[in-house]
Amino acid sequence: MAISDITEFAHLTEADVEALGRELDEIRRDIEEVRGAEDAAYIRNVISWQRRLMVAARVTLFASAFPPAWVAGTTMLAAGKILENMEIGHNIMHGQFDWMNDPEIHSGTWEWDTTCPAEQWKHSHNFLHHTFTNVIGKDNDVGYGILRVTRDQKWHPVNLGQPIYNAMLALLFEWGVALHDLDIESIRKGRKDPKEMKRQLKGIWRKIRKQVAKDYLIFPALAGPSWATTLSANATANIIRNLWSYMIIFCGHFPDGAEKFTEEQLEDESKAEWYLRQLYGSANFEGSRFLHIMSGSLGYQIEHHLFPDLPCNRYPEIAERIVALCEKYNLTYTTGPLYKQYGQTLRTIMRLTLPNRGSDTTPEPPRPTKRPTREELASYRGPLPPQAAVA
Amino acid sequence: MPSIMGSSQVSAETSKRVTVLRQVVSRMTTPLLPDDYLHLINPLWTARELRGKIVEVIPETDDAATLVIKPGWGWRFDFQAGQYAGIGVSLDGKWHWRSYSISSVPPSEGRDARHIAITVKAMPEGFMSAHLVRGLEPGTIVRLALPQGDFVLPDPPPEKILFWTGGSGITPVMAMLRTMNRRGVVPDVVHVHSAPSRDEVIFRDELHALAERHPSLQLVENADDVDGRLDVQGLTKLVPDWKDRQAWVCGPGPMLDAASQHWERAGLAKALHLERFSAALTASAEGGHVVFEESGKEADLDGATTLLEAGEAAGIQMPFGCRMGICHTCIVPLKKGLVKDLRNGAEYTENQGIQTCVTAAAGDCVIEI
Repeated sequence: MAISDITEFAHLTEADVEALGRELDEIRRDIEEVRGAEDAAYIRNVISWQRRLMVAARVTLFASAFPPAWVAGTTMLAAGKILENMEIGHNIMHGQFDWMNDPEIHSGTWEWDTTCPAEQWKHSHNFLHHTFTNVIGKDNDVGYGILRVTRDQKWHPVNLGQPIYNAMLALLFEWGVALHDLDIESIRKGRKDPKEMKRQLKGIWRKIRKQVAKDYLIFPALAGPSWATTLSANATANIIRNLWSYMIIFCGHFPDGAEKFTEEQLEDESKAEWYLRQLYGSANFEGSRFLHIMSGSLGYQIEHHLFPDLPCNRYPEIAERIVALCEKYNLTYTTGPLYKQYGQTLRTIMRLTLPNRGSDTTPEPPRPTKRPTREELASYRGPLPPQAAVA
Repeated sequence: MPSIMGSSQVSAETSKRVTVLRQVVSRMTTPLLPDDYLHLINPLWTARELRGKIVEVIPETDDAATLVIKPGWGWRFDFQAGQYAGIGVSLDGKWHWRSYSISSVPPSEGRDARHIAITVKAMPEGFMSAHLVRGLEPGTIVRLALPQGDFVLPDPPPEKILFWTGGSGITPVMAMLRTMNRRGVVPDVVHVHSAPSRDEVIFRDELHALAERHPSLQLVENADDVDGRLDVQGLTKLVPDWKDRQAWVCGPGPMLDAASQHWERAGLAKALHLERFSAALTASAEGGHVVFEESGKEADLDGATTLLEAGEAAGIQMPFGCRMGICHTCIVPLKKGLVKDLRNGAEYTENQGIQTCVTAAAGDCVIEI
């Protein structure tokens, strides 16, 4: 079974899939050709604004005993951390700006403002998640090892606690991310190499120590009489960042329409089929330019998964071309307003607290038992676009 | 603070204090360094990546110019005349690096503004050198790499010296001559310099002035358009006692190859010091001899084998991830040479991180793994 056996793609011939793959390759080449001073200026600008915001936040919080200063400082600090983690850190660590040849803005050297060491993030996220996207058993981002987010994951009584785990993960998201690459499941099953685990734990511990000392020791201590309000401001900012990044990230692969895959579907997968899996496994959300920047451009999750290492500021223009391709090849482009995407995600998590029931109105599209023929599909989809049929 | 940090007279005590201070402040700025914030105020206030500001661009000839640069924090002025420094310039958002000999004199105590100078000749096919000569405005921020190289004079210098320079190969020797001049100690020096024409002799006035001031310095100028091209036979005729002299030779590749052969045949290889300043970029070559430096392995590769495959075949634990060029797990530094991205033909040169899973050798290269 391959990715192309999924209903959504059944109307595509092998030649269609390869043609689509070539068109996507072409988009990559076009962007690689034009990226330059404009993209470098974009990331430098965001970095510069983010650092100013951090300085302003820290300085304001010295007066945090005064409630308006607490509110302003906390807001700026939360915004600064969100920008750093999402639009800056996440995208730089993907290598989106490696072409600038600047060691200060490079996937090999970037360390971000969270408790998760960059090196471990790059393994669990860039490699595991982006290569094996949504493949149950391979991609640990499917439910993050503690949530049941698809009917294809077997139900266990422990899933009854999902509403609580979900709320905890949202509040403590930063810590969940820090422990993510340890792969708790493989530890539980005794498959983890103890030496590797020790090495990872050491890295996490070193990072946590620095992060915690900064937010909960050094800045409160420097604030003197405002130490308590500074402490509460820093904790609040970290929690706001946690809740926001949790919500944005959960909207990437769990809303309706984002398909999960099995390991068999990975077999003999071509590059074009890999593209299809990324396209079909991801969900976008709509919003203003400001919302997209504050979301690390993850509202363009589909574009991000197709081209994880192209500069994020190019995603809006890439999106226009992807939408056109989806129309041409009659493919669904999953998107919606943020509240709707998160609403669907939350509903799925709540529903999957209980085991699957036959009569259940399923939160996900049903899998086909048999691959429909091209004609069958065309009959209810309308005729196939000529380009796709010819190619 | 900047003047303290950039100074050669920083006492060990002061520099230790600065280091401690930076470590303390970085507890507040973690995971960044204080430098990452300070350089937003003044671009030179960072020692993370060395930076410099172009102070002045002095035209030397029609196609050569001297760049006077004010280095930022972390620069060390304790270099020796004849060494070269790396200079990085951002062109269309991308940093490009080249190395050039420093033509200015290492400052002695208490004098000279805290500047360095490099002299660049625009090469016909060299987009970087042309940009450096004609495209840099004063105030531009460049990146710098600390001086290095062993094309230097011993201290004290030998009693009899031969300098043979060609074209912009004059620059490291200019720094040596300036240093001798400032110290007022010029041994018996014969300096033979070739250039395509008299107008194209960089530092011409200064060279003549120095020769006039110091009788022990003999300057022989060879303009190819009038005097004909000077080869190594011609040189030995001009300087009959060349065998008695320690020689420092800097110029185009063929000139250096000829000198190297000639001195070797005479059994005097030890008396010859060479500086190659032309980068060995062989963009047309596909495949090549690859050295995996830290693992001590080597391989001859064709242009279709990725460096990742080659490294693994050689038994090296190469970092890898997706093996398709998207996750950037496999990046390792390219130390020397040129590689090509098999996806789009993009080229990467030394000091860049390369994705081994999608790149192949384009000529001989050295990889740091």
